Amino acid sequence: MKHLFEFLLRQGDNALVLGHRTSEWCGVAPALEEDIALANTALDLIGQTQLWLGYAAEVEGKGRSANDLAYLRDVYDFRNILMLEVPNEDFGRTLMRQFLFDAFQVPWLTALCGSSDKRVADFSGKSLKEANYHLDRSAETVIALGNGTEESNTRMQAALDYLWPYAGELFGEDDTDQAMQAAGIAVLPASIRNDWDTKVQGILSDASLRTPKSTFAHFGGRSGFRHTEHLGHMLATMQILQRSYPGAVW
Amino acid sequence: MSKEWPLWEVFIRGQHGMSHRHVGSLHAADAEHAVKNARDVYTRRNEGVSIWVIEAEKITASSPSEKGPMYDPARDKVYRHPTFYDIPDEVGKM
Repeated sequence: MKHLFEFLLRQGDNALVLGHRTSEWCGVAPALEEDIALANTALDLIGQTQLWLGYAAEVEGKGRSANDLAYLRDVYDFRNILMLEVPNEDFGRTLMRQFLFDAFQVPWLTALCGSSDKRVADFSGKSLKEANYHLDRSAETVIALGNGTEESNTRMQAALDYLWPYAGELFGEDDTDQAMQAAGIAVLPASIRNDWDTKVQGILSDASLRTPKSTFAHFGGRSGFRHTEHLGHMLATMQILQRSYPGAVW
Repeated sequence: MSKEWPLWEVFIRGQHGMSHRHVGSLHAADAEHAVKNARDVYTRRNEGVSIWVIEAEKITASSPSEKGPMYDPARDKVYRHPTFYDIPDEVGKM
């Protein structure tokens, strides 16, 4: 059960942290239409978080809820990959990150639809529809900005160069991954690497961007070993209400 | 050159509606982008099952200043309404 809990935290925390980062654009995106689109994406991700963390809390069996897990854990208990917690920086980096993640989520959730755990399969089916739309949108934006102006191309290349060393963590593997594979609950992330590579290469090439050569990857987020300094700041904002007024409800 | 994206008019066909209805407008870089933006701006509460977009400048509209010649002549021609016929009872409600 420890591994299933860990796996569900990873699923939930990826959605939660990216969802919160995305929500930071609410009201300040470059165009009204993009603002609403980003808010929709953030809400999709927060919705997915409720599913994964709700199940995680049940599996843990200590009487905690999805809200407790989201708002009352500290940095070292989070299991999201590092790429999702780094600051948005600009619209370009936000959408590049979204694209790199969406290109993973689509084959990943597709594989999880065949999970031996019915709830994992159900959550994945529901999330996959959203992920497919997110991927359509982020890929299209990456291509448009890559081919836009010199300024937009430069920003997208800078975003890609910055995020690239963080992307490798998507394909991490440890005891938890192996236990999930053995139980038929999930596949190994490495098994979808080819799908991801093909999709990412295709879109980056259409976007006139250079794929970095380096295979170096930062790890530490999904295992909880070491987060970046940015997550604590993000949680301070995200959790302030529950920290200041514990148990506050609508 | 304007840095603003062109304006698009959005038409949505609702769950049970037969025809697309004009719901508003938005800005987008191209037609595909406009459909996506329309999805995000106008169908987030499950309003529609089909979206049409058209660039606003492609629409030719009648001019408000020509209202007189355009519409007044139809005013006194009530006989164009099919209300002057006796409908046989067998026809039922129309």
